[in-house]
Amino acid sequence: MKKRRLIMRTLILFILAAAVAYTLYANLTKDNRMKVEVGKQAPDFVLVDMEGEKHKLSDYKGQGVFLNFWGTWCKPCEAEMPYINNQYNHYKDKGVQVLAVNVSESELAVNHFIERKKLDFPTVIDTDGQVQAAYGINPLPATFLIDKDGKVVKYHTGTLTEAMVREFMEKIKP
Amino acid sequence: MKDVKCECGHVNPHGTVLCEACGKVLVEESPDKSLLDMRYEGSARRSQTYNKTIVDKIWNFFSSVKVGVWLIVITLVASAAGTILPQEMYIPPTMPAEEYYEDQYGWFGKLYYELDFNNLYSSWWYLILIAMIGISLVICSLDRVVPLYKALKAQRVTRHEGFLKRQRLFGISENGDHDDLAVVKQRLQAKRYHVREENGDLLAEKNRFSRWGPYVNHVGLIIFLIGGMLRFVPGMYIDKVLWLREGETKVVPETDGQYYVANEKFILENYDKDKDKTFEAAIDRAGMVVKNYQTNAVLYKRVGPAIPGEQPELEKVKEHKIRVNQPLKFESFALYQVDYKLDELNTMSFSLTNKESGKAFGDIKVNLYDPKPKYDLGNGYAVEVLSFFPDFEFSENGEPTTKSRIPNNPAFVFKMISPEVPKGETSFVAIQQTIEPLGDNQYKMAFKGIETKNVTALTVRKDLTIWIIIIGGILFMIGVIQGAYWNHRRIWVQNKNGEVWIAAHTNKNWYGLKKEIESTILETKLIIPDDQMQKERNDKEGV
Repeated sequence: MKKRRLIMRTLILFILAAAVAYTLYANLTKDNRMKVEVGKQAPDFVLVDMEGEKHKLSDYKGQGVFLNFWGTWCKPCEAEMPYINNQYNHYKDKGVQVLAVNVSESELAVNHFIERKKLDFPTVIDTDGQVQAAYGINPLPATFLIDKDGKVVKYHTGTLTEAMVREFMEKIKP
Repeated sequence: MKDVKCECGHVNPHGTVLCEACGKVLVEESPDKSLLDMRYEGSARRSQTYNKTIVDKIWNFFSSVKVGVWLIVITLVASAAGTILPQEMYIPPTMPAEEYYEDQYGWFGKLYYELDFNNLYSSWWYLILIAMIGISLVICSLDRVVPLYKALKAQRVTRHEGFLKRQRLFGISENGDHDDLAVVKQRLQAKRYHVREENGDLLAEKNRFSRWGPYVNHVGLIIFLIGGMLRFVPGMYIDKVLWLREGETKVVPETDGQYYVANEKFILENYDKDKDKTFEAAIDRAGMVVKNYQTNAVLYKRVGPAIPGEQPELEKVKEHKIRVNQPLKFESFALYQVDYKLDELNTMSFSLTNKESGKAFGDIKVNLYDPKPKYDLGNGYAVEVLSFFPDFEFSENGEPTTKSRIPNNPAFVFKMISPEVPKGETSFVAIQQTIEPLGDNQYKMAFKGIETKNVTALTVRKDLTIWIIIIGGILFMIGVIQGAYWNHRRIWVQNKNGEVWIAAHTNKNWYGLKKEIESTILETKLIIPDDQMQKERNDKEGV
């Protein structure tokens, strides 16, 4: 009788504690719950670059992809662009591709920006925000590292230093 | 830790105050009191009996109503504190929250931010408080409803003298007889009492279910809390805002790219003083009064699979005029009208004009969302856009730059090409501001006009928890009604020592119970029982 009561109490307390623990966990992680999780397949997308060439993510299987989301008004994005460009030139023959996705700006603005910053890597514009929605982009800049199998290796938001860019590219080098 | 056997033969659990069967006082809690404490029928609240293991200790902590009340008080105080300053979600997004609170409210704001009061209602400690109230509710209820149920079920008709004597309503009639009892029984039955008879003693009882009201209410609350908890489960609850310009079609967030919505037109209507005469005074007092916020929306569904970025093939599902409280509904989603922005700049027109003669050589119309690099005007005249700043400001080092991609304050660097100056002249043009950085120009970009579009904001809402919350709410109210509008009444009419003893108990409305007894024993030889508590009080006050 007493034993049964102890078991009942333990069970009820356990269920209650589990419910509370889950709620707390879900609440605390809701802000950084990513649409695209590390270790999972990166969502495929197709966008056209400034030269009119189509870039489909899945076509880069076998190469590492440095996927960067940016905007011309975003200062940290602007700051990291030269680093990405330097490292792109260094790693492009080693199987690392850079795709810079602009978030719904005008072609004119993007073209001016590329000219001003002298960027060599392909830049695409996600005009209607579909790719941003698929990747759940909120703060800029946002960088995803995708390995040769199309899996997300790392997600980073915030400015990158040149050393970080190099480290990132090294990570996804096939 | 042994069960207690009463002299009537009933075995009571340890800790029982009044024998479940006959009501004899087993544990004298406060001998100086002449009335019995009838809470929970004097049953053994389980929490108070075992206190050995850590599990029991936790259980006992939450089983205390005192603890529960304190939890509620603390939560109330905390909730109130969260309303002193606006929560972070309501502050303008122009400044980081960290700076905003100190900037606006000084040291108090800083403290408020440091204590995490800016996101109080989703902070971990607030959630723990709510969770503890939930646990307290479950355990308090369980610990009380089970013994109470058992005690009410085990009660016998014939009660111990001490039990009867110490009821609040009690009276002795020296010369009642069997006929009187029969009359009383019949009358009680007519009043919908459930009357049991044993050895010539009567127990009349009605509305016992009223005692379960608080517990039904608690079950409702628990279901309500579970509904709230389920909102954190991915996919159960979505609350997003979608901004749509007129003419724009966008994917509806959280639908996996399946649904698209287009804003054909946003309409803002005000009440017209001349047409709506009824409201004339109110309109005079308040100025503009909005009558209608409306988005003419079209919902599309994507046909076949599409990779993000690819132009989707869309199929029209339906048109709907989204107004406040008239959302566009599809599947488990609803799109509500929530905000708007009128007259957002969409295009700007300029004419290339000779400053001296004032003669114009053609107009250009710049789409602010997609300006062209060059506008050819013919006859050797052209305008190139060298730079475009949709939301212009000067940066810290004095360079023109843009704050965002929204054309709130567009500015251009134009290159004006004319037969006179085929190399072109540079002009910086912002709203009400022209700078000629490379010396005097012969030509200027004369501002001609703007076109605007309205922007609507729709809330994308999906809530699979709402029915759970509604059911919880309904149960809550049923419990309240059950406990509030019915009274559990018991009347004992018993033969003791050749006298007839009448005692009665109710959980509320003693006056009503007394009236009911009075009308029951009318014209019999029985005497109306006294309200002993009233008597005690009167004695004390010396009436």
